[in-house]
Amino acid sequence: MYRVALRMLLGDKTKCLGLVFGVAFSTLLVCQQMSIFFGLLGRASSVVNDVREADIWVMDPSVKTIDVPYPLRALELPRVRGVEGVAWAVPFFKATVQVRTHQGMLENAIILGIDDASLVGVPDAFVVGSIDDLAEPDAIAVNPAGFRLLFPGEELDVGRELELNDSRAKIVAIVDAAPAFAANLTIYTRYSLATQYTNNGRNQLSFILAKSADGTPPEVVAERIAARTGLKSVTSQQLRRESIMYVLANTGIPVSFGTVVILGAIIGVAIVGLTFNQFVMENIKQYAALKAIGVRNVKLLFMTLGQAAFVGVIGYGIGLGIAALFFSTVPKKSDALRGFYLLPEVAVGVAILAAVIVILSTLISMRRVLTVDPATVFRG
Amino acid sequence: MTTATDTLAVRCTGIHKSFGEGEARVHVLRGTDFDARTGEMTFLVGPSGCGKTTLISVLGAILSCDDGEVDVLGHDLRALSSGKLADFRLANLGFIFQQFNLLPALSATENASIPLVARGESVKAAETSAREMLESLGMGDQVHKMPAQLSGGQQQRVAIARALVHSPRILICDEPTASLDAATGNTVMGLLRDAALAGDRSVIIVTHDNRIFDFADRIHHMADGVITHIESPDSSREDAP
Ligand SMILES: Nc1ncnc2c1ncn2[C@@H]1O[C@H](COP(=O)(O)OP(=O)(O)OP(=O)(O)O)[C@@H](O)[C@H]1O
Ligand SMILES: [Mg+2]
Repeated sequence: MYRVALRMLLGDKTKCLGLVFGVAFSTLLVCQQMSIFFGLLGRASSVVNDVREADIWVMDPSVKTIDVPYPLRALELPRVRGVEGVAWAVPFFKATVQVRTHQGMLENAIILGIDDASLVGVPDAFVVGSIDDLAEPDAIAVNPAGFRLLFPGEELDVGRELELNDSRAKIVAIVDAAPAFAANLTIYTRYSLATQYTNNGRNQLSFILAKSADGTPPEVVAERIAARTGLKSVTSQQLRRESIMYVLANTGIPVSFGTVVILGAIIGVAIVGLTFNQFVMENIKQYAALKAIGVRNVKLLFMTLGQAAFVGVIGYGIGLGIAALFFSTVPKKSDALRGFYLLPEVAVGVAILAAVIVILSTLISMRRVLTVDPATVFRG
Repeated sequence: MTTATDTLAVRCTGIHKSFGEGEARVHVLRGTDFDARTGEMTFLVGPSGCGKTTLISVLGAILSCDDGEVDVLGHDLRALSSGKLADFRLANLGFIFQQFNLLPALSATENASIPLVARGESVKAAETSAREMLESLGMGDQVHKMPAQLSGGQQQRVAIARALVHSPRILICDEPTASLDAATGNTVMGLLRDAALAGDRSVIIVTHDNRIFDFADRIHHMADGVITHIESPDSSREDAP
């Protein structure tokens, strides 16, 4: 009988298209917004993610997010190094700086200063050049999105010069750092140069990056550092979570994306539910005829569910397909969306939304199917 | 042991049925008695609003009555749940409506195959039977057409095929010729008689159409919710001078 139900549905092409469109639209909207939302949240912790060698971050106790550091005294570094279970600890500088090109392009950048000696803290993702090039005088590395921002339309290449607060800097490498939340341009340079570029004086230590010794869990070492120095000391994992929570709690992002997602879901349920209800109403004589012939109510109910599930599956497939197409093309072209992708969790979540739409639509229309009096088939 | 009731497919006694509540209450069936025999065409005629459709809805297991006995093929319908009544209809009854009530999105064959599919037969087998039934009704070259592409008479033949495809023991028709012209009505009645009675069926037909009274074995005349008299056209013709 599902075949009969399906033919009934396909018999009304306009409504069938409307239903599929409704589900597809909802799926696409919610998939897209949720993926961008999670992509943005990911950016909140991208600086933490990109420091792969260290597993512990030490900072001033008042610091709540990686985007707003507070300087530590230089003497904290040897104290951290002295804590039992610390394999090594290096300084890490983070600030924002204004960057100008000779062509007059002015941009805000995140500048990350890494330990002069060890060069720890740069992601191992060099597109052009290598980490050793950062040892050269005035050497900086930029991320590809930042490079394109400064030199639109030009090939990624080294050798160009920039002005950072009136000081000369030379691009010696391009490193594929994840785009950060605060700015699209990320600059890596040596700690000593970074403090110079930002006129912050010598001993402006934003973070201390540390590595736990083999066999000691980073959580234990982090707690030990905190106890011994009175500083805030957390694992990378914790800092990542804190930075994301900070964005969630202190920006309009969750509200604005949440609104769109909820609207998308409501519109989906409303359009599909009402259209489906109308479809059932218009075909109620057909359901009555089937009932008179002897099709049981339960069977009719499953037929209706089958019809709704059909539009649900097709609509979800189309919506997900378009969303997947979007995320497989646009982020490659647009730096604003770089690194964003369709998360499998989002696809699953939206599948649940589609299922809810299907079930609600069936529930809304079910009563009519169940209560229609088969005796109406005898009346004109 | 053979008694008169052995050949009775339907036996209703003292049926009462009213619609509505309080002031608006209409007492439609007022102690109606009705029976229909197997192998016969039983007509139910009477003025509009006298309760014919209500009566066949009750004996067709579609409507429950307030009082009285409804025995169809030896089953007490009043004792059956609504699910069991649906199963009973699917197993034993075929319906033909004035408005045909075909599913517009389904072809003639698919429409005619519905009762078999609903019984759980494979679509292929069901459609083969449906096609054979349509062919026997002279619809061999229309089997793939959609209802909208068929004339009224052709649509009613599809409806007949649908009503007979699962070989029901009783066929119930409400005004089967009312939407058809006289010639088509006659053809349809002829087909109905041949096809329906072939299987030792009981055929119950509600009609206003006195042009087709000749097809009846017995005619129940109804007025104001009761059967006033029963007429046998053959014998009345014999009785005629
Ligand atoms: N579901 C219902 N609710 C209320 N009144 C009803 C209902 N069904 C039938 N009636 C009333 O019962 C009476 C008999 O109706 P019924 O349809 O049985 O008559 P009928 O003999 O078939 O008439 P016709 O020849 O016009 O088809 C009418 O007065 C009708 O208005
Ligand atoms: Mg009637």
